[in-house]
Amino acid sequence: MQVKLTVNGEPRSADVEPRLLLVHYLREHLGLRAANVGCDTTSCGACTVLLDGQSVKSCTVLTAQAQGQHVTTAEGVGTPASMSVVQAAFRQEHGLQCGFCTPGMVMAATSLLAENPRPTETQVREGLEGNFCRCTGYHNIVRAVLAASAAMTEGGLAEGGLSGGEVSGRPAEQAGPADKAAGQ
Amino acid sequence: MIPASFDYLAASSAAEAIALLAEHGDDAKLLAGGHSLLPMMKLRLATPEVLIDIGRVEELSGITTDGADLVIGATTRHAELAASALVAELAPLLAHAAAQVGDPQIRHRGTIGGSLAHADPAADLPMALVALGGSVVLRGPDGTRTVGADDFFTGYFETALEPGELLTAVRVPGAPGQAWGYQKFTRRANDWAIVGAAAAGGRIALANMGPVPVRARAAEEALAGGASPAQAAELAAEGTSPGEDIHADRAYREHLARVLTRRALDGQAG
Repeated sequence: MQVKLTVNGEPRSADVEPRLLLVHYLREHLGLRAANVGCDTTSCGACTVLLDGQSVKSCTVLTAQAQGQHVTTAEGVGTPASMSVVQAAFRQEHGLQCGFCTPGMVMAATSLLAENPRPTETQVREGLEGNFCRCTGYHNIVRAVLAASAAMTEGGLAEGGLSGGEVSGRPAEQAGPADKAAGQ
Repeated sequence: MIPASFDYLAASSAAEAIALLAEHGDDAKLLAGGHSLLPMMKLRLATPEVLIDIGRVEELSGITTDGADLVIGATTRHAELAASALVAELAPLLAHAAAQVGDPQIRHRGTIGGSLAHADPAADLPMALVALGGSVVLRGPDGTRTVGADDFFTGYFETALEPGELLTAVRVPGAPGQAWGYQKFTRRANDWAIVGAAAAGGRIALANMGPVPVRARAAEEALAGGASPAQAAELAAEGTSPGEDIHADRAYREHLARVLTRRALDGQAG
């Protein structure tokens, strides 16, 4: 079947099987591999993307259901050279370890802050209820989201700033925190 | 995990969805948010040949009032219910219950009609509908009928929906200022309830204390007869038939029903 949708701002048209899950369309058809397949059962949140601005688990959405809608992945909110405030906050607060959950965490946090720009710590923890970090690095992830909230609402940049910017001092071929936060 | 192949049809109106249901019969399933159906299809526990997507039927979505009743379109998502000022005013228990479903991503997709039609006895919204004395509007080829919550849930994952019928709306009597309580006991953050209890307006509903969300009628009668909430709650498990599984045996579920009912009657929201 023919599906038309917008992915990271680009109009896309695809001839897909009705059963094609959105996460597989993004990863295998478009090569956007930020969204990971973790549990594949709507639990872990590693596949979280935005659908018309709201976080969803793309392992449980048919590509066909995204017809006419806007999909945003971690690649769409920033790049290692120009990270979003949320991505930069994950880097600054070391809100990631292995990086597998990170693109989903970033997108869940992006959606959370769009709905509630000034969440309390409890609201951040509850707002990330649908995302698992099997490194169990939750404290830094929560700090990152609170730092992003502060940077977005007060313009109060913490030490080093949260404006993203270029990453230096690491081998180009090795993925660093900035790449992970940007889903690469 | 990949679902078995199916044909996908997007309905543009409730009437078209009902016509497509009539055309495809048992081979078809309705798709709204897909957060109960798609996981079952990925596990091949469900293998419909046709999916009729009602997710873009505008007339099935939205929150309004009709007289004193709150009227909620079937494809209204949990996040919309949880954030609605109208729901918070007229049926705060329902807004709270919607905010307890799954996690934020699930609440962005899941729909009230889908949750009720799926009829998981451990789920939040079926228990909430029973506690609030709400009803569902069912539309089929021969017309529309309204079924009360107590009669809608007929068995484990079974409802009074007839083949060919579409759940179009949910009605809840508006009760501004009514005292309510809601309790859900889970092992982990976004699990289904091992047992749940919801109380409002002298009604008490329990989740996962039988094949359907059930009323704690002995406790309700005691309350109506002047018993204290603590005394009434002691009767909460009377007449229930909870299952046993890896999480809890029957005696433990009965204990939870009494404790959670007491807390719900105290107005606690958890």
